[in-house]
Amino acid sequence: MFQTVLLICLFSLTVSFVVALVRIFMRTSTVSDRVLLIDSIGFIIIGMVAILSILLDTTAFLESILLIGILAFLSTIALCRFIERGVVIERKRGD
Amino acid sequence: MIEWVVALLVLVGTGITLISSLGVIRLPDVYTRAHATTKSATLGILFILLGAFVYFVYVHHIVSVRLLLGIVFVFLTAPVAGHLIIRSAHRSGVPLADISVRDDLKAYLESVREQAAPQAAGSGAGDVTGAAAGAGDALSGKSGPDVGKG
Repeated sequence: MFQTVLLICLFSLTVSFVVALVRIFMRTSTVSDRVLLIDSIGFIIIGMVAILSILLDTTAFLESILLIGILAFLSTIALCRFIERGVVIERKRGD
Repeated sequence: MIEWVVALLVLVGTGITLISSLGVIRLPDVYTRAHATTKSATLGILFILLGAFVYFVYVHHIVSVRLLLGIVFVFLTAPVAGHLIIRSAHRSGVPLADISVRDDLKAYLESVREQAAPQAAGSGAGDVTGAAAGAGDALSGKSGPDVGKG
C-alpha cells in the first residue's frame, strides 16, 4: 500500500516532467520560459530521486540530490547571464 | 505508522508540484509562469525531501546530513534562480501579457537602454545585449521595436 502511494507519486511527477518538456518545445515559448522550465525540471528530478530512494530503501542516491541541485542552479545562473549580457564570464576591459 | 506520515508528506509535495505544472500550462506570460514554477515547485520538492528525511530517521535511524544539506540548498537557491531568470527576461525585453496593466520598471529600462546606446558604438558590449534581446523577440514571435511596451 505504501509502495503503491509512492508509485502514484512517481507517476504524477513524471506527468509534470512531461508537461514541462512539452512547454519547452512549444513554438510560442520564449528563451526565458525555456530556462525557467529547465530549472523546474531539475527540481522534479530531485523529487524523483528522493521518492526512488524511499522505494528502493537505500541511502546511496542521496548525494545525487545535492549534485543535481548544484548543477541545476549553476546552469540556470550561466544561462541567465548569457540571456542578459551575451557573455557568461565577464572580463574587465583593460584601459 | 510513520510510513503514513511519510506517504502524506510525499503526496502533499507531489500535489503541489502537479498544481505548479497546471500553472505552467494555464498562465499567460513568463512572469506569471515563474510565479507558478518557482514558488510551488520549491515547496513541493521541500515536502518530498522532508518525507524522505523522516523516513530515513524513523525506519533506518539514520540522520542523513546529505539530505539535510540538499533541503537547505534547494530552499536557498530556488528563489535566487527564479529572481535571476525573471530579471534577465525583463532586461532582454520579453513582453508582458496583454492583460497586464502596468510595468513599473519600463521607464528605468528605457533610460538604461538610452545610456547604453552611445556606448554600443564604441565597445560593442551593448551590441551583444541587443542581439540577445533580438533573439528572444524572434523566438517569442514579436517584432523588435515594441519591446517592453506591452
